[in-house]
Amino acid sequence: MMRRINIFSKVIAALVLVLPMGAFAAGSGYPLDKMDVNVADKPSLQRGAKLYMNYCYGCHATSFQRYERVADDLGIPHDLMMENLMPAGGKIGDLMKTGMEPKESKAWFGATPPDLTLVARVRGTDWLYTYLRTFYLDPKRPWGVNNKVFPDVGMPHVLLELQGAQVDTCGGEVAQRDTLTGEKLCGLEPDPSIKGAMTPEEYDQAMYDLVNFLAYSAEPMQLERQRIGWYVLLFLIIFLIPAYLLKREYWKDVH
Amino acid sequence: MGPKLLAWIDERFPLTSTWEAHLSKYYAPKNFNFWYFFGSLALLVLVNQILTGIWLTMSYVPSAEAAFASVEYIMRDVEYGWLLRYMHSTGASAFFVVVYMHMFRALLYGSYQKPRELIWIFGMAIYLALMAEGFMGYLLPWGQMSYWGAQVIISLFGAIPVIGADLQQWVRGDFLISGITLNRFFALHVIALPIVILGLVVMHLVALHEVGSNNPDGVEIKKHKDENGKPLDGIGFHPYYTVKDIVGVIVFLFVFCAVIFFFPEMNGYFLEHANFEPANGLKTPEHIAPVWYFGAFYSILRAITFSIGPIDAKLLGVIFMGAAIAILFVLPWLDRSPVKSWRYKGPIFRTLIILFAIDFILLIWLGTKPATETYTLMAQLGTVFYFGFFLLMPFYSAMEKTKPVPERVTG
Repeated sequence: MMRRINIFSKVIAALVLVLPMGAFAAGSGYPLDKMDVNVADKPSLQRGAKLYMNYCYGCHATSFQRYERVADDLGIPHDLMMENLMPAGGKIGDLMKTGMEPKESKAWFGATPPDLTLVARVRGTDWLYTYLRTFYLDPKRPWGVNNKVFPDVGMPHVLLELQGAQVDTCGGEVAQRDTLTGEKLCGLEPDPSIKGAMTPEEYDQAMYDLVNFLAYSAEPMQLERQRIGWYVLLFLIIFLIPAYLLKREYWKDVH
Repeated sequence: MGPKLLAWIDERFPLTSTWEAHLSKYYAPKNFNFWYFFGSLALLVLVNQILTGIWLTMSYVPSAEAAFASVEYIMRDVEYGWLLRYMHSTGASAFFVVVYMHMFRALLYGSYQKPRELIWIFGMAIYLALMAEGFMGYLLPWGQMSYWGAQVIISLFGAIPVIGADLQQWVRGDFLISGITLNRFFALHVIALPIVILGLVVMHLVALHEVGSNNPDGVEIKKHKDENGKPLDGIGFHPYYTVKDIVGVIVFLFVFCAVIFFFPEMNGYFLEHANFEPANGLKTPEHIAPVWYFGAFYSILRAITFSIGPIDAKLLGVIFMGAAIAILFVLPWLDRSPVKSWRYKGPIFRTLIILFAIDFILLIWLGTKPATETYTLMAQLGTVFYFGFFLLMPFYSAMEKTKPVPERVTG
C-alpha cells in the first residue's frame, strides 16, 4: 500500500508540480539533506515521541495535539504514556502544552520557543532533518553553538550529549568543493572536546525518528486520509462505468 | 409523484412549467464539447463550498485569539473535520480552476457576444464576488499568510489619494489587521457574499435560459425549428445533458478527490506553508505571495514599478490591476468580429487567444514568485500583452477576414 501511494504521488507530483520549491533552506542557502517521511513506521514514531518528550517538550509546546491522540495513533498504552511520556498529574485527554511560561522563555532565549505541532508543515521535513544535525561550536553565540540552516538561532544544542560537538572547518565560509573530484574540502566535523553518546549513524537515525514524529504530529490523520482516498477513487472509477453507459444509451437517439 | 398530487401542486405552484422551462424543454445545442462541462461543475463546487462551509462554521471560532487553534481543532478533534476543511480549501482553488476554464470557453466561442452580453456581465460580477469571497475566507485560518496577505491587499486602498489612509482604516476597522478585521471578514464571508453570489448565479442562469446557450460553432439554433417550435439542433437539457454532466462530474471529482486525499497542500499552492504558523503582526514572512488564483492580477500590480507625473508607482499599479479586471466587463463590445466562434475567426484572433491563455498562466505563475529583476520584466511584458489583447481587439477583430459560418451546427 505504501509503495502504491509512493508511486502514485510521484506520478502526480511530476504531472502537476512543475514548479519545484527548491531544496535550499530559505535564508541561509545551506543545501538540505533529503529524508523520506514514513508515518506508517510506528517504531520510528515511538522512538521519535520519546526523543521529543525528553529533549524538546521542556521548552516547546505541541499545544494543538492531545496526549491521548499520540498514544492511540502510535500504539502506546495509556498507562505507559502517562507514566513515561507525560508530565506528572496530567490527564490523558489534555492538550500537550509545555510547562514553560512564554514570557520567561522569551527572556531566557530571546524568543519564545515556537509551538512545534505544525512545524513540519511550515519548515518542511528536509529543513528540520538538516537543522537538527548542523549545530556547530561558535564561541560568539550566547549558548556557544550556531546552526548552518538557521544562522544565529536562539536555541541551544540540547542534543549535544547525543551528537557530541561539531566544528565548522570552513571557518564560516561557504563549503568549498574540489573542482576535480567534487569532494568537500571543508564542512562540519566532529570535535573531540565533547563526545556524544551516539555514533553519527545512530544520531542521524534518531533525528530521522524525531522529524518523522513531527511530520506525524503536523497532520496526524494523514494515513487515514490516504486510506480513505483509495476507496473514494475506486468508487468513482466504478461509478464512471454505469454513468458512461447511461449517457451512451440516452445519446443513441441524438444525430 | 401521482398525477393527482402533481395537478394539485401545479394549480398552486409552477412546478411542471418550471421543470420544463429550465430542464426538460430547455433546448441546448447538441454539439457541446469538453469546454461545456465547467458551468455545471462551477455549480457543483458552489454547493460543495456552501455545505462544507456550514459545517466548518459549527466548530470555527472567529476571534484573533482562538481562530488558528479552532482550525487545528477541526483538523484533529472534530469527526471528519479534516475532510470538511480540505474539501473547503481545495474547493476554493477548484472553484477558480473551473471558473477560469468556463471563462476561457466563452472567449473561444464568443459566448459573450450579442445577444449574450448580460450573461457575460453577470458572470463577471460572480467572478468579482468570488474573488472577494476567496480573499476574505483566506484571512479566517489566521495564519501568517492570512494576515500578511490581507495586510498587503488592504494597504492598496492606502494608495488612493486624499481618502486612502482613512479608507484603509475603515476597511480594517482598526489601525492594523486585528480581531475586528477577522470578525467582519467572517461575517462577509459566510453571509453577505454567499447571498450575493447565489443571487448573481440565479440572474446568470435566467439570462442564459432567456436567450439560450451558445455552442462551439457559434450559430443560433433557434433559427431552425421544427413544426412544434423545438430547435432542430437542440436537445432537452434533461435528460441529455444531465446524464452527460454526471460523467463530467465523476471525472472532475476524481481529480478533486485525488487532491483532497493525497495532495491537500498542493505543494504550497492551495495551502501555503507559512499559513501553518499562527498570525504574528511583529514578524513579516520572507516572501508574501497571494494564493495562486490572484496571481495574474498581483503580477500586474507589481509590474508597475514606475510613476507617471503625480501618480506614483503604487497607485498606478492599483489602477492597472483594477483596469485588468474592469476591461473584462466590456469584452462584449471590444470584439467586433462578425462571427462568434474562434473556429471561423481569422488567424490573428485565433493565435492571440492561445497566446492570451499562455500569458494569463504565466502571470499567475509570476504572481506566486518573488519579484526579481527578470520576473518583473516578464510580468511587465505579460501586462503589455494582456492589455494589448483587449485594447487592440476592436481593430484586429473588425479588420480580419473570417471564414463562412455554417447554417447548422457541425456535430
